[in-house]
Amino acid sequence: MGKLLAVTIIVIAILSAIPVIMHTWEPPADVSTHGKLIDDQMADTMIEAGVSFLAAQFLLAIFIWQFSSRRADAKPKTFPGGAKGLVIAAIVLVGVEVLALGAFGAKAWAQVYFTPPAVDAIPIQVQAGQFAFYFRYPGPDGKFGPLHPELINEGNQNLFGLDPEHDVDSRDDIVTAEMAIPVNKEIHLLMHSKDVSHSFFVPALRIHQDFVPGLDLSVHFTATQVGKYEIVCSQLCGLGHYNMRAYLEVMSQQDYEDWLKKQAAAQ
Amino acid sequence: MHETSAAPAVQHGPPTTFLRKHVFSTDHKVIGIQYYHLALVAVVTGMVLSWLMRIHLAWTNAAIPGLQVLSPNGAPSGVMTPEYYLQLMTMHATIMVFFVLTTAPFAAFGNYFLPIQTGAEDMPFPHFNMMSFWVTLTAFIVLITAFFVSDGPPLAGWTSYAPLSAIGKAAGPGQGAGQVIWATALGIFCIGQLLGALNFISTVLDMRCKGMTLNRLPYTAWAWFITSCMGLTAFAVLMPACILLILDHVAGTSFFVPSGLVINDQLIPHSGGSTLLWQHLFWFFGHPEVYIAIVPGLGIVSHVLVTNMRRPMLSTKAILYSMWALAFLSYMVYGHHMFVSGMNPYSSMAFSFPTLMITIPSTIVVLIWIGSLYGSKLRINTASLFALGFISMFVSGGVSGFFLAQPSIDIQLHATYFVVGHFHMVMGVAAMFGIFSGTYFWFPKMYGRMMNESLGRIHFWLTFVGTYCIFMPFHYLGWAGNVRRYAAFTDDYLKPLIPLHQFITVAALFTGAVQLIFLYNFIHSRLRGATAPANPWEGTSLEWIMPSPPPWNNFGGKDPVVYHDADQYGVMTPSGADYIMQDSPEMPITTASGD
Repeated sequence: MGKLLAVTIIVIAILSAIPVIMHTWEPPADVSTHGKLIDDQMADTMIEAGVSFLAAQFLLAIFIWQFSSRRADAKPKTFPGGAKGLVIAAIVLVGVEVLALGAFGAKAWAQVYFTPPAVDAIPIQVQAGQFAFYFRYPGPDGKFGPLHPELINEGNQNLFGLDPEHDVDSRDDIVTAEMAIPVNKEIHLLMHSKDVSHSFFVPALRIHQDFVPGLDLSVHFTATQVGKYEIVCSQLCGLGHYNMRAYLEVMSQQDYEDWLKKQAAAQ
Repeated sequence: MHETSAAPAVQHGPPTTFLRKHVFSTDHKVIGIQYYHLALVAVVTGMVLSWLMRIHLAWTNAAIPGLQVLSPNGAPSGVMTPEYYLQLMTMHATIMVFFVLTTAPFAAFGNYFLPIQTGAEDMPFPHFNMMSFWVTLTAFIVLITAFFVSDGPPLAGWTSYAPLSAIGKAAGPGQGAGQVIWATALGIFCIGQLLGALNFISTVLDMRCKGMTLNRLPYTAWAWFITSCMGLTAFAVLMPACILLILDHVAGTSFFVPSGLVINDQLIPHSGGSTLLWQHLFWFFGHPEVYIAIVPGLGIVSHVLVTNMRRPMLSTKAILYSMWALAFLSYMVYGHHMFVSGMNPYSSMAFSFPTLMITIPSTIVVLIWIGSLYGSKLRINTASLFALGFISMFVSGGVSGFFLAQPSIDIQLHATYFVVGHFHMVMGVAAMFGIFSGTYFWFPKMYGRMMNESLGRIHFWLTFVGTYCIFMPFHYLGWAGNVRRYAAFTDDYLKPLIPLHQFITVAALFTGAVQLIFLYNFIHSRLRGATAPANPWEGTSLEWIMPSPPPWNNFGGKDPVVYHDADQYGVMTPSGADYIMQDSPEMPITTASGD
């Protein structure tokens, strides 16, 4: 019975590793400038975690195989090096391993969160609400008009609560239900929620940031490939959470400018 | 560590009426069994909910026969609505985390065996102990009533993030009365756990029999003691958090709701609150809670393994210090749940470091177990199979922690099925394996009858393979970006993953059905099992020196005296046995190595 358990553990460990080695299930291909650092970090971690996983499972299985059917008069043996060796191994090997992961991983994190957006980054505002994202572009004046939550009215399409009658800056603001950005140009995304917590997750862009009601947050990123990508909500926000999504279209600079003009005309 | 010499005082007399013996009992053993039975009811409820959820995720438009009768609003014509899915998910997680994973390994086994293992006749505050169970049962009943209010249970998940959980029914079905019931139930639950933790701590510190130094306590007693210390501080944070949440609902306060929120074009009449405050309070409780669920499992596995390996652990101290380190670090890592929450990104780095460090004590425990297997005379029985399965699961769930401890990788994996796979394996399934191991190990003592070993082994094999089939693919889904807490997968990039979800659902239904074997074995053995001897596993700790089941006053009015620690296995004795019981003055001729 012990030997069967040993074999089962090894078979499970190998079968678990195969889809990882074969890349059977992978995230959408990265289309951001910073994503490679995250993907590399993920790959390094996979190697370290994978080796730890297989080593521990194999060692467990081997010892179960070896010592589950010993003779009654067999003498107990002690693991070479005893507890001290194992404790030192755990502290040194795992300590170095996790410190290295932490140190290298910090680089990817810092690139996303510790560097300010470029001065010429395009500001785009995104508002999350049950169960849709809406986007606002500042228009030719480059300024966003102030928000008045009390004026939000989906019926008359005042989705952000703008007051163009009194706020000059709001008059040329462009509000859309889809997001378009130019390729290879940094975007400074200004995020706020109108009701509960949501999240802005674009798997292909390696961007993931919660919306926190009461807090104005921002992220910045650059998309490197023209295409249409899904923006999904990953923070439970209510009954329509699963269906809360928008599309991010990455376009050439010319297409983007044409798109903006078209949207401005439609306001 | 001083040696206590005072004999434990008699805590209460023998029960004289049926009610005092079986219902409102102050006997820690009866209370332990009551907790265990509550956990059984809870786990069946939670598992049925997970079945319904899994069927819906795999075949979203399928009608589940009879569901419309149970919930005409939630599943009209048997097809689950998205909100009903979220409501079942919230209840599944709440029931499992609080009323199974906290209740069974800690409150049930701890109540039954902690006083016995310390050599006490009972806990120092038996009436508080009785109260802790009845308060916990009340909390469970209150929680279940959420199914019967007009718009059902809350849908905000077991984490119940504000402001979704704080602004009332405008936020969605179940977010009014259902959410208040949820917070009330958990607030009550906290009271029960605090009473229990106080009793556990006092038992270990004040009730040990003569000779039972702290160093001689078995692993399980240490684990329950450490867990109690965590519970005392963690539940003391959750309870006020729940009270504040209730006040936001019923008293017009705004602890968790900032100003300027708009739902259905209506401005919410709150201002000044902090959304992140709830997350900080919740996770300051929530992460220690993960260890509250798993540390008793570490104790049970160590206790079961050392008995079945017939040799001492390579190092008792390494295991105990590691458990303390886990408990201590558990308070310093909670921010890893909030890496992308909008918390200061520098804080993420600060929380990442101890999260990575917590790998070290976990690794030490696993390596000591595996190293101790080397050269042992491992006995395979259902209890040891589940203990070995626990190690495998704990490793599998633990290594995914490498990923989630890093903020940069969390950008991609946060709130995906990778997280679901991680915590289900490391604190859910591993803890369940600990519960099963403890059940098969202690059932003879608790009920005086042996469980059926063949059925136990079948239960183990099918559960072991089945749980891997369920939870390992969760990680693959997470890698592919599959967001959790979705009632259906309608996104373009998620649709190709549905076949994998269907595989998981089949595995979950199968593995769930396998648990009926356990239930049958449990009930049948309880009624018809072979009579259990006092010490069926040749164990050394004090629970094995008394008849099975023990008398009401544990040691029959005698005060046990302890001469050894509980690791005296693989020794040569004048009597020829390979172990020495803790209360035996017998000395070994030579001892196996160990410290």
